[in-house]
Amino acid sequence: MAEGRVQVRRRAELRLWLSAGWLALLVVTAVFAPLLAPQDPLAQDLFAARLPPFWVTGADAAYPLGTDSLGRCVLSRIIFGSRLALTVALTAGIITCIIGAGLGLLAGFWRGWVDVVVSRFIDIWMAFPPVLFSILLIAVIGPGVFSIILAIVVIDWTRFARVVRAEAMAQGAMDYVASARVAGRGRMGIMLREVLPNVLPIVLVLLTLEMGIAVIVEAILSFVNLSISTDDPTWGGMISEGRASIHQAWWVLVFPLVTLFLTVLSFSQLGEGLKDRFDPVLR
Amino acid sequence: MTYLSVRDLTVRLKDGPALLRSVSLDVAAGEVRGLVGESGAGKSMIGKAILGILPRAVEVVSGQIVLDGVDLLALPPAARRVRVGATCALIPQDPLTALNPSRRIGPQMTDRLVDILGWTRPDATARVRDLLAEVQIADADRVLRQYPHELSGGMRQRILIASAFAAEPRLIVADEPTTALDVTVQKQILKLIAGMQARHGTALLFVTHDLGVVSKVCQSLSVLYAGKVVEDAAVRAFFAGPKHPYSAALLAATPKYTDPGAGLQPVPADVIAAVRAEVGND
Repeated sequence: MAEGRVQVRRRAELRLWLSAGWLALLVVTAVFAPLLAPQDPLAQDLFAARLPPFWVTGADAAYPLGTDSLGRCVLSRIIFGSRLALTVALTAGIITCIIGAGLGLLAGFWRGWVDVVVSRFIDIWMAFPPVLFSILLIAVIGPGVFSIILAIVVIDWTRFARVVRAEAMAQGAMDYVASARVAGRGRMGIMLREVLPNVLPIVLVLLTLEMGIAVIVEAILSFVNLSISTDDPTWGGMISEGRASIHQAWWVLVFPLVTLFLTVLSFSQLGEGLKDRFDPVLR
Repeated sequence: MTYLSVRDLTVRLKDGPALLRSVSLDVAAGEVRGLVGESGAGKSMIGKAILGILPRAVEVVSGQIVLDGVDLLALPPAARRVRVGATCALIPQDPLTALNPSRRIGPQMTDRLVDILGWTRPDATARVRDLLAEVQIADADRVLRQYPHELSGGMRQRILIASAFAAEPRLIVADEPTTALDVTVQKQILKLIAGMQARHGTALLFVTHDLGVVSKVCQSLSVLYAGKVVEDAAVRAFFAGPKHPYSAALLAATPKYTDPGAGLQPVPADVIAAVRAEVGND
């Protein structure tokens, strides 16, 4: 038993450190992108088009991960693309979290008509196909960072609201809430001081998952050219462009795809790792 | 002197059947009254109604809950909450869910004294430490820094008992405080509650389905069936000879450890039919 617990803990720690490490690296590259990128991500050089990555013969050391069909440095574009990806992940994740978790907490703890209104709203909301909904939204308000964030918030708040509502309902039925009521605490005080701290762990896990989802949604929208202006490097945009030349230059597609994959995986594993780290049963 | 007086209290599910049918009972200051009955008889519901923590789906139809001369049901909700908070406390059934899992024991116990009753933090901490000693928790300083999951069920129940007595309430509702515990721990906890009650002179409404517990802890008892009080008696008189046929059958149904061969005595069907007709349950 004790040994099993140590094993679970070690695995959780490893997962936590690997995912946090990758995300920290990404944050550093995003912040210091102009210093770290070997080339100007927008500079085209048709004579240096479709250069392979550094370990393949015919590579140019100035372009470590090769160049795309317009001769732009793949590494530099990935580095600059991380800026948009992380901005969207953090902003959209946090705003979605606050709106969704707030409504879920209110509905789950307050019950009654608040719950009826919020729950029916969630049901109706979830009946819209999410990708079509966001494409429609962006088509109406026009592309841009703000639109991407808005689209993610508008689609995904229901995910938080549902889970947090269920958890708040479960916590609200516990005896410690009854004790607090007997002691004379008001409903608002109970919600914020007693119930909220107990739904925070699940909110934290959802938040990290949501950041991963935000990165994917941003990539999807870039892929269909509904993100920011097409000149600026985005991972989704690079994947989209790389698709056309996959047989001649696989690296244009593969490197941004791997980066995207690792980032989304890290976000979800960070959530799992944090949950394991702070779960009182395992601790 | 009567401290709590419940008069003709009727409680029902909203647009549903009645759960309590004009229940009346009195608890004198410093008295321990047992509230017994089978599952679903409405024992806990009475305690919840007094403390104002009825579930949302349940409403009070009529009656009075007079606490220290004031009818709680006639007060506006905020005033009622303050009044109940200052004079009453709850010892809940399940010690595993009755402490907030994300907060340390210390702040959890002192917060109510500080935030709601306006004590200073050092006063509250000193008070809580005294109470922990009184419920025989030796290492109070360590326990105050711990989280609920680090403590056993018995320890948690001791902490809840200490919490209940913290603000020197005049009335405590103990809602089956030993049901969720091991039999060996049950006895200690019962002794502890009885001892604390005697020292502090608190009135206690003791909800239980265990007549053995009632005979040890209580001075008087009310027997409930289907939301109605069928017998109200002093404990000595009740165990000498219950007046109502249902209470007699309930007492006879208690397993006797002195005669293991006797088998179980279920409450006879005709007694159930009679008591049902009497309380008007259909």
